[in-house]
Amino acid sequence: MKRSELFPNNIARRQRRDRLFRLMTVGATSIGFIALAVLITGVLIEGLPFLTLDFLDRFPSRKPELAGFKAAFWGSLWVIGLTTAITVPVGVAGAVYLEEYSGESRFQKLIELLIANLAGVPSILYGMLGLIAFVRMFQDTTDPTYFLGIQLPFGRSVLAGACTLSLLVLPVLTIATREALRAVPDSLRKAAYGLGSTRWQCTRHHVLPAALPGILTGVVLSISRALGETAPLIMMGALTYVAFTPAGVYDQFTTMPIQIFNWAGRPQADFHSVAAAGIIVLLAVLLGMNALVVLLRNRAERSRIS
Amino acid sequence: MLKAPGDQESTPNVKSATETESRARRVPPLLTDPPAPSAREPNFATPRFRDLRERLIQGALRVSAGISILTSFGILFILLKESLPFFKEVSPIDFLTGTTWAPLMVPRDYGVLPLVGGTLLVTGVAALVVIPVGSLAAMYLSEYASDRKRKILKPMLEVLAGIPTVVYGYFAITIVTPGLKAIIPGIEVFNALSAGIVVAIMIIPTVASLSDDAMRAVPKSLREAGYGLGATQREVTVGVVYPGALSGILAAYVLAIGRALGETMIVTMAAGATPQLTLNPLESIQTMTGYIVQVSMGDTPAGTPGYLSIFAVGLTLFVMTLCINLLSFWIKRRYRQAYA
Repeated sequence: MKRSELFPNNIARRQRRDRLFRLMTVGATSIGFIALAVLITGVLIEGLPFLTLDFLDRFPSRKPELAGFKAAFWGSLWVIGLTTAITVPVGVAGAVYLEEYSGESRFQKLIELLIANLAGVPSILYGMLGLIAFVRMFQDTTDPTYFLGIQLPFGRSVLAGACTLSLLVLPVLTIATREALRAVPDSLRKAAYGLGSTRWQCTRHHVLPAALPGILTGVVLSISRALGETAPLIMMGALTYVAFTPAGVYDQFTTMPIQIFNWAGRPQADFHSVAAAGIIVLLAVLLGMNALVVLLRNRAERSRIS
Repeated sequence: MLKAPGDQESTPNVKSATETESRARRVPPLLTDPPAPSAREPNFATPRFRDLRERLIQGALRVSAGISILTSFGILFILLKESLPFFKEVSPIDFLTGTTWAPLMVPRDYGVLPLVGGTLLVTGVAALVVIPVGSLAAMYLSEYASDRKRKILKPMLEVLAGIPTVVYGYFAITIVTPGLKAIIPGIEVFNALSAGIVVAIMIIPTVASLSDDAMRAVPKSLREAGYGLGATQREVTVGVVYPGALSGILAAYVLAIGRALGETMIVTMAAGATPQLTLNPLESIQTMTGYIVQVSMGDTPAGTPGYLSIFAVGLTLFVMTLCINLLSFWIKRRYRQAYA
């Protein structure tokens, strides 16, 4: 290659191109922010007129001005509460096993591969799993029978929805928790073992507290994901029109995203505004959860011995 | 991994036996004398009780870790089991090669290609938008932005990934589609273009953030070598850093495409419900995920081929995303060897 071809000598032109390119990168970065701003402004303009205190206290209605979010709001809280209760212990325990116990084993390699793959499986396929494994429990009917006070199969219940969402977000939590555990310095473990503590004592009293801020981030990340999921719940048969709030884990339910989907799909323009009001509530809950974790994390970081 | 006092001998590790040993030697041996029993409470610290408890806890942790095995094979098993009765009535060859999808009306046709085509069309539009936009954004974050700006901008960009997909679906039908209609009057109310653009917005953070990580892993010396030869910043970015990080960037593209393939709510709400083989993104189409939602919300009786077809479509989708995932693993493994 001739020298002139490698770097042509017309530096002024090259620098003009550089400035143009820099502008392009800035433009590309701002596309995301512009989209976000347009989305939020659009939703606020559409939804705010319909967002009254009553909105959270009314059930859905055929008239847009009377439609409310109560069933969906409480349905979401039930499902998410139960999902958290299932996901957090199982996800953290799994991550602890992989990081602190298994070492470099074939079992660990297999699980690592499967978790990475599961994180990429479309959420609607988890809905199919939930439908067959939890709603119907491999039977043709959902007629409940009782075994030791447990209703089997779960039917289209809060419990079935929470189990489905748990399986969906477990990989997210496990991956985040493993990263948090990996960041804990080995010196901490050595000190604990040196004092004669067993593996579990060391994990329970030293490693987990030190990794807590990272684990909390993972928890919020996974629960936010569960809160926004629509497709798997529709797939497993959550209802779209519900005029009651769940009173127990075997009750049927709807959630905020499903209700928004239902409203957004109606032809009347006013229902789109109701959907926007629902979106404001959903985004506010998500924002609140994320703000809460920032607070918790700061606190955990401050109380940690560094 | 460190060896703890009281570890069971049967711990299934020891791949690098010498390393474990040399580390274990630094850890003092297990204290065999149990602490003096307290007068108030029974002594649970005897080695025997402790061993039992350790074993129980380890078992419970192992089971939790094993849930991912159950989930993976559960999904595969259920898709196979439920689509088996469907494939008894419809031959898999007709299913995979047929070009008409009309499962809900007579005469019935079960050719999955229109649904696959719809999914690929939306994914294609999304890829065409997100690859340039995401890559340029990554170049800005990694090469142009100051550390302070990057620390603020990157988490803000990642907010886009945390917005529920149903909100994006709403965004597509109420804002993007009317906007496109103002530019292209002939566009249909439901179309692949609008869905594809919004899917692209959703996956911008995936591409930008992962590509940024990959580009920042390129050693500084390579950039300095470029500048030393008299290259400008753009020439270094495009000619040195981007190719240097290519495998990581490709893995980011593949991951993002995998997410676009499986995306459900945006395409259900914005892309339409007209299964047809077309390359024109202005038309209404139907994707695999969109069809699954349509059937599961409708009142197709369970057990009929029309209903069972969703599991066959689900299986097709699963195989497609599995291939994408394997591709990204393969690229990532090569990447790890690049700048270790």
